[in-house]
Amino acid sequence: MSNAPLLEASGLTLRYGPVTALDDVGIEIFPGEVVAIVGESGSGKSTLLRVLSGLLKPEAGTVTYRAPDGEAADIHAMGEAALRRLHRTDWGFVHQNPRDGLRMGVSAGGNIGERLMATGARHYGSIREAATEWLRRVEIDPARIDMLPRQFSGGMQQRLQIARTLVTHPRLVFMDEPTGGLDVSVQARLLDLIRELVADLGLAVLLVTHDIAAARLLAHRLLVMRHGRVVEQGLTDRVLDDPQHEYTQLLVASVLAA
Amino acid sequence: MTIETGYNFGYLDENTKRMIRRALLKAVAIPGHQVPFGSREMPLPYGWGTGGIQVTASVIGPQDRLKVIDQGADDTTNAVSIRRFFAKVAGVATTERTSGATIIQTRHRIPEVKLREGQILVYQVPMPEPLFRLEPRVSETRRMHALADYGLMHVRLYEDIARHGHIAISYNYPVMVGGRYLMSPSPIPAFDNPKMHRMPALQLFGAGREKRIYAVPPYTSVQSLDFEDHPFQPIRANAACALCGARDSYLDEVVTDDKGGRMFVCSDTDYCNTRQAAREAAE
Amino acid sequence: MAYVAVKGGERAIDAAHAWLAEARRGDATLPELSLEQIEQQLGLAVDRVMAEGACYDRGLAALAVKQARGDLIEAAFLLRAYRTTLPRFGASLPMDTGAMRLRRRISATYKDLPGGQVLGPTFDYTHRLLDFALAAGGTPPPAPQATPDGEATPRVTGILAQEGLMAPEAPSETEPPDLTREPLSFPAERPLRLQALARGDEGFLLAMGYSTQRGYGNAHPFVGEIRMGEVAVEIAPPELGFPIEIGEITVTECQMVNQFAGSKTEPPQFTRGYGLVFGHGERKAMAMSLVDRALRARELGEEVDAPAQSEEFVLYHCDNVEATGFVEHLKLPHYVDFQSELEKVREMRATVFREAAE
Repeated sequence: MSNAPLLEASGLTLRYGPVTALDDVGIEIFPGEVVAIVGESGSGKSTLLRVLSGLLKPEAGTVTYRAPDGEAADIHAMGEAALRRLHRTDWGFVHQNPRDGLRMGVSAGGNIGERLMATGARHYGSIREAATEWLRRVEIDPARIDMLPRQFSGGMQQRLQIARTLVTHPRLVFMDEPTGGLDVSVQARLLDLIRELVADLGLAVLLVTHDIAAARLLAHRLLVMRHGRVVEQGLTDRVLDDPQHEYTQLLVASVLAA
Repeated sequence: MTIETGYNFGYLDENTKRMIRRALLKAVAIPGHQVPFGSREMPLPYGWGTGGIQVTASVIGPQDRLKVIDQGADDTTNAVSIRRFFAKVAGVATTERTSGATIIQTRHRIPEVKLREGQILVYQVPMPEPLFRLEPRVSETRRMHALADYGLMHVRLYEDIARHGHIAISYNYPVMVGGRYLMSPSPIPAFDNPKMHRMPALQLFGAGREKRIYAVPPYTSVQSLDFEDHPFQPIRANAACALCGARDSYLDEVVTDDKGGRMFVCSDTDYCNTRQAAREAAE
Repeated sequence: MAYVAVKGGERAIDAAHAWLAEARRGDATLPELSLEQIEQQLGLAVDRVMAEGACYDRGLAALAVKQARGDLIEAAFLLRAYRTTLPRFGASLPMDTGAMRLRRRISATYKDLPGGQVLGPTFDYTHRLLDFALAAGGTPPPAPQATPDGEATPRVTGILAQEGLMAPEAPSETEPPDLTREPLSFPAERPLRLQALARGDEGFLLAMGYSTQRGYGNAHPFVGEIRMGEVAVEIAPPELGFPIEIGEITVTECQMVNQFAGSKTEPPQFTRGYGLVFGHGERKAMAMSLVDRALRARELGEEVDAPAQSEEFVLYHCDNVEATGFVEHLKLPHYVDFQSELEKVREMRATVFREAAE
């Protein structure tokens, strides 16, 4: 891990009418680090993810991203063109619902190849080779390369979405409840896969989840959110084994009980 | 034919022509970019060349010689109808000779004979947006053009190869203009695409119903999308023209009976006639 | 040689035009329709052509109906193509439909209201039985007359607004956009949307409006008021500096009242869907007001998921002159493209058969 953070945010504030979604939130994430944001639904964690990834503008506060050349840029000031470029090169986004992240009418190979083509790949054979390799990496039979995602199970769709996102080797991946809609057994397998890939590729990941077990398995560091505020943060083991804030204690206890 | 009275030269009033010329100038300045314009209601139906007619009406002068083709031919009904329209409202000379025309309005073809500097080729365009089958929302395709976000178009070509072994687009084959804008060449056969590349003539495109104008200035690069290992391949029927013997021209297939009999003839009637006349003269 | 058959476009067109003229006239032993007859006796056809042709001139619309052999979309097209050549001198002042000389005025939201309900010349309560007496012809007995009591006829939406129950429309001094001069752009604001709808195809708007009633779009409409009658048109020439009346036109106006649950800035109240159509065009005015309300979903912060709520979908497809041109252009020759498709399909079939053989 290098000394300079990859993504750095401070003072993020956003209100929906009378509801405060984000209240002076700050966060930093270093290269190769997995940070999980946990909290109940309505705690503001998904809003935070959207603000950090530039999809939603905050009322106050800044989000700064450091490009590979060391240049730092305010992502809400860089303009749509630059932001889109970032999203299809340096960044990746894994949605809770694979339908939001996949093109359902395009074959598995085409889904994986899209980011490569968007960044200039023009050799059909190599695109196909990369797609085959990535299908294998996410444990989908490469023989299925020309099938449509709708012919896949939910777990396979989610793995396909991950392959599609990681194929261009992004440096930072945002994940919004990636195991959300899946069966427990499928969840476990997917979490293992994500952990492996993240370690292999040295990815930085910002993971939003309400699943404490997922956070424990994947994250180096943890932020606990409630009512739009970060109530506690620290190393994952420390926060989960020795929660300081009473809300964190409650959260951890309810998991243990469940 | 006498000029129809009660209408301005070229049918459109001068203010409208000025507005269209401004759009044309902008289009020439940004090759391949679709410029919205205040398309007028024309006395011909939308989809029948109203965009091309408005462009022609805005650039034509009394000294011009106009050629109008549809499917490559001067005597198809819609070409006749449009040529008559301009003879009536502008009183300009018309011609069927590609080399003799200063303005050529076309639907679905580029003439076989190389065009030269000073000529203007006006395309009738039914649907200017090359991405519309992939993304029907105009507001979204405009954004994709602005950001040069064309990965989706390549995904489509990828899917074709994955499914069929080759790219399955045979006409209206998308092109990149000047290395920046993805453009619909209008529904010309892919065979004609290479003619657009670095063409010495000015190419103007008018889409009346969709209210868009775009242009390719002379000598601009126009590249058909493809993959390195699946290069663009224009296709034509593998035959010679039954009338002039040409093996390099685009051919129409004519069914001659109901027993599978067919013949192939040049789609470009002027090209075919010129070749036949030259052969007769030589004999 | 069969190939010759596709030649000779010039002669074919002349012959077709001559045939058309003959077919238009029909049996020459029968008396020819006069424009006055069309204007008087096919008045609703004339009205529809004026509305969709976007040009208020009953005489020209009647001519268009005659020339189009009763094909009303073709007639609207003729009128539009004429209209487009006319110079534009300026815009009228907003018409005051509240001061309309009413021929018809009904409200479905109030049993009675100031000024009363006026049925007017309506099909509404006729039994749709073919009237064979009409086939024989003849002049109907005169309809009973009454003298207007002079009572004011305020608009129903005004009555609701007094109580603060009707969302006010934000007044604007900006000149409305002109669809005939500038291409559509999105997001399209309401003046532009209303303009497009007013020129739009009655059948399309009817189907779109109907779809909002059947669950495609969250509509709970009530007819606040429909009124039809004559309204003065005024312009204010800059050189005069005061408005002058240039004439009177017949219009149909529909104000549809819809419930609105309120948002973070607005309390619960009623919102308006608005329809205004040249001539007597009640079906279209009603459909237009439903679609107008549906298209306000975005501004009111409602879910946008039904076709009638999609600006691009509705505005790009409501114009019948555009639609008919593009649909009908499919009958123009496409054999150059089809030839490429033929070769492509042959090539693809050859690939498939070759692979199958291996």
